[in-house]
Amino acid sequence: MSYNKPEKDFTLYGETFSSRFLLGTALYASPQLMRESVIQSRSEIVTLGLRRQNPANRDGDAIWHYIQESGCRLLPNTAGCKSVKEAVTLAEMSREIFNTDWIKLEVVGDDYNLQPDPFGLLEAADILIKKGFKVLPYCTDDLILCKRLLDVGCEVLMPWGSPIGTGQGLLNRYNLRTLRERIKDVPMIIDAGLGAPSQAAEAMEMGFDGILLNTAVAKAHNPPLMAEAFADAIDAGRKAFKAGLMQKRQTASPSTPTIGQPFWHQQ
Amino acid sequence: MTIELSVNNEIKTLADKVLLSVALQQWGYGDTKIAVAINGEFVPRSTYPERELFNGDQIDIVKPVGGG
Repeated sequence: MSYNKPEKDFTLYGETFSSRFLLGTALYASPQLMRESVIQSRSEIVTLGLRRQNPANRDGDAIWHYIQESGCRLLPNTAGCKSVKEAVTLAEMSREIFNTDWIKLEVVGDDYNLQPDPFGLLEAADILIKKGFKVLPYCTDDLILCKRLLDVGCEVLMPWGSPIGTGQGLLNRYNLRTLRERIKDVPMIIDAGLGAPSQAAEAMEMGFDGILLNTAVAKAHNPPLMAEAFADAIDAGRKAFKAGLMQKRQTASPSTPTIGQPFWHQQ
Repeated sequence: MTIELSVNNEIKTLADKVLLSVALQQWGYGDTKIAVAINGEFVPRSTYPERELFNGDQIDIVKPVGGG
């Protein structure tokens, strides 16, 4: 008998997915390792990007071939864009080349921590949604920003766990818990900064709906195995959230019954 | 008469009044999956055959890569 009752599907912009793990396709030592990692991750959505390339350079061809072969839904990004105009233009280029109106919207506000520019992000999201895009914004964990992104029509939010590529996990649990508490009915995916499967499980235990990451898998010694480890952790975290975690307590409480304790005698 | 323009930050020279579709062939992008922006504005593929290039144009040509 399974106690893991079927739940409402993980639905993003009207499309349902059985996996809650979104995987990036950059930074792998080889296209083959990327391919194997996507398979082992059980992901159904992968992120990818667009970059200037010399026509003679066919390095990206194998990656593109394997991504298409995976059958995953494509989620192109606007990584590296520092202005609203750059992000909007790159989103339009992505829509044409990948034939999808889904876009992981990134507007970088600072080179040191690659923190999203909340003002640029909101403006770009507004423009792109009016142009028919389905925007998945990579945002900070600021509650008001997230509410404003919903106001302009975003149906998914992707707050950071910590800065991209740092592997620091969930840096601001208070903000993340507040976000989940205040925005209950919108899918929220923790995007970036996770370095270990335990951190992904923690985010899922907090009630987040999914996890997007890249570096932690791509830079592992064995990326396909790490992809599987994250997939298992995300599943475990989701089950734990559904099961309901116990409340933390300050004082110890024995789990073995105290009645009938041997070697105890009335003084 | 020639014009000078920037393609992915490299200076290129072209004959005057060349169309984007012709220039892309000339630069070797004929059969590759690309998207184009000129002076920061997206240029839809359907308009390549009629898009004239001008001196000083800044052209960005992008291809798919892995991304996070």
